[in-house]
Amino acid sequence: MGWAIALHGGAGDIPLSLAAERRQPREAALRHCLKVGVNALKAQKSPLDVVELVVRELENNPHYNAGRGSVLTREGTIEMEASIMDGNTKRCGAVSGLTTVVNPISLARLVMEKTPHIYLAFDGAERFAREQGIETVDSSHFITQENIERLKQAKEANRVQIDYTQPIQKDEKKETPTANGDSQIGTVGCVAVDSHGNLASATSTGGLVNKMVGRIGDTPIIGAGTYANNLCAVSATGKGEAIMRGTVARDVAALMEFKGLSLKEAAAYVVEECVPRGNVGLVAVSAKGEVTMAYNTTGMFRACATEDGYSEIAIWPSVQN
Amino acid sequence: MGGWAIAVHGGAGVDPNLPPHRQEEAKKLLTRCLNLGISALRSNDSAIDVVELVVRELETDPLFNSGRGSALAANGTVEMEASIMDGNGRRCGAVSGLTTVKNPVSLARLVMDKSPHSYLAFSGAEDFARQQGLELVENEYFITEENVGMLKLAKEANTIVFDYRIPAVGSETCGAVAESPLQMNGLPISVYAPETVGCVVVDNQGRCAAATSTGGLMNKMNGRIGDSPLIGAGTYACNLCGVSCTGEGEAIIRGTLAREVAAVMEYKGLGLQEAVDFVIKERLDEGFAGLIAVSNKGDVACGFNTTGMFRGCATEDGYMEVNIWE
Repeated sequence: MGWAIALHGGAGDIPLSLAAERRQPREAALRHCLKVGVNALKAQKSPLDVVELVVRELENNPHYNAGRGSVLTREGTIEMEASIMDGNTKRCGAVSGLTTVVNPISLARLVMEKTPHIYLAFDGAERFAREQGIETVDSSHFITQENIERLKQAKEANRVQIDYTQPIQKDEKKETPTANGDSQIGTVGCVAVDSHGNLASATSTGGLVNKMVGRIGDTPIIGAGTYANNLCAVSATGKGEAIMRGTVARDVAALMEFKGLSLKEAAAYVVEECVPRGNVGLVAVSAKGEVTMAYNTTGMFRACATEDGYSEIAIWPSVQN
Repeated sequence: MGGWAIAVHGGAGVDPNLPPHRQEEAKKLLTRCLNLGISALRSNDSAIDVVELVVRELETDPLFNSGRGSALAANGTVEMEASIMDGNGRRCGAVSGLTTVKNPVSLARLVMDKSPHSYLAFSGAEDFARQQGLELVENEYFITEENVGMLKLAKEANTIVFDYRIPAVGSETCGAVAESPLQMNGLPISVYAPETVGCVVVDNQGRCAAATSTGGLMNKMNGRIGDSPLIGAGTYACNLCGVSCTGEGEAIIRGTLAREVAAVMEYKGLGLQEAVDFVIKERLDEGFAGLIAVSNKGDVACGFNTTGMFRGCATEDGYMEVNIWE
């Protein structure tokens, strides 16, 4: 057994030709967040604390689509969402439509711990944030120049962008004719297990570039973007609609429970059989301290480590790194 | 079996002291909705059309907690939510935070069919409704006098936790009343009145669909979202089955209840009733909920661990039943 942790910064059609100046800061962030998580686990922090901590780091990093650095709605505004789940108790918390909360994942945790509800959204969630005294700032804090650019490009191309890491090309082959681009690329997440088998999962995002105001993706939906029970903890990323329909996070656990698949097998099955190619990635850990990072996209920003000393930071399939 | 099948519900968790005339009212509504669905199925309407049609009827009638007759949020207004899922392709649509849309389930359907997304909420959802030309009304339209009274009781119950209509099971102290099976979500059952509505259908081509709609929890915090609009929790449909749940939102979300029924059928090979029984027995922990389900084979099933569930079901071979109690 032993502890294990995995985190992601989004799955998508991340081209191998990704420019160094876009790649390096993201890799550095993954390295930093992994270290934060590993140190916390070594300091015996609970997995619930660890996943919240790591996701806060990713939210604070402007290179990922969560918290600061969130992509913009079609109105040029910020609407953030997140969810967190504790494997032992299956208690969970979720938030959507946040505009001023510095760390959405922490508000999700407060919903879980301080209200009789699971999910708060928009004005109600913002009001709750103020009541709780959680850190809030003017919405402009979250907006980066890069995302203003992305929105501009998306509007010019008049489509909802599927892979926000790349500037839109007019002849983008990968775009489906029906712009059913309910994509969640760039979502961040973290899963962790301690040496006692306690599991937790957390996911956070700004959503989809040029999304309709009020659009909710898979990230705050328990069973879709986030899930944890006493077998495993899962955090997913990719095309929100596909993840929602595929109840991705729940299915990994269900396959382990009902079909006896191992963590790795279950994750591979979901990613290969349950969701169309190019749509999903996930990270997961098991109660036994195993870790897996699976995706059916070109790449996924990811990192993981286990107590026995294994660690990995990657974007594309290992053979190409 | 084969053939079409339909089930409707008006909520799990019924006050055992519900006056007979209220019980009759409920059964009449369920019967009317079933017949509406049956008629549509006999005209070869698709499952997805039928579930929308039936849930619209339930929303329009003020009896249950959806559309008109919705429970009131803490500030006395109505905030509605709904979701719909087409098992054929697993497309889905969901909405939350609606205050002026006359039929939330129809907006959920439009989100599924006419938007690039799957879930829209609050002002963004209302804007979309406006763009789509959906029927809009003032929030007052949804508010009934009865629910205004219920909200008052709920607010009082939060401090007193006592309702004179309930037999004094286990004394007046908070702890003891919390043990009583006549409580749900911390409120006496007569006040809580979950009454979320839903419909599941398998049509004569074996396609399954499900839809759920609600005003949510009485006295909820504004902005609170429950299980009804969450795919996998309150609603789910795939090529094997269609499921709609009702009861304590938290329990349904944590248990990903609707998806669970389908998952045990898919991954464990259980039949519909077995799957429903398994989920109700094993997946609710200390929570209270109920659900209705149909399978692509034309089976219909329901299950609940609450005191009663308003429900009705019918199959092509002529079976029909409307019930409240076990």
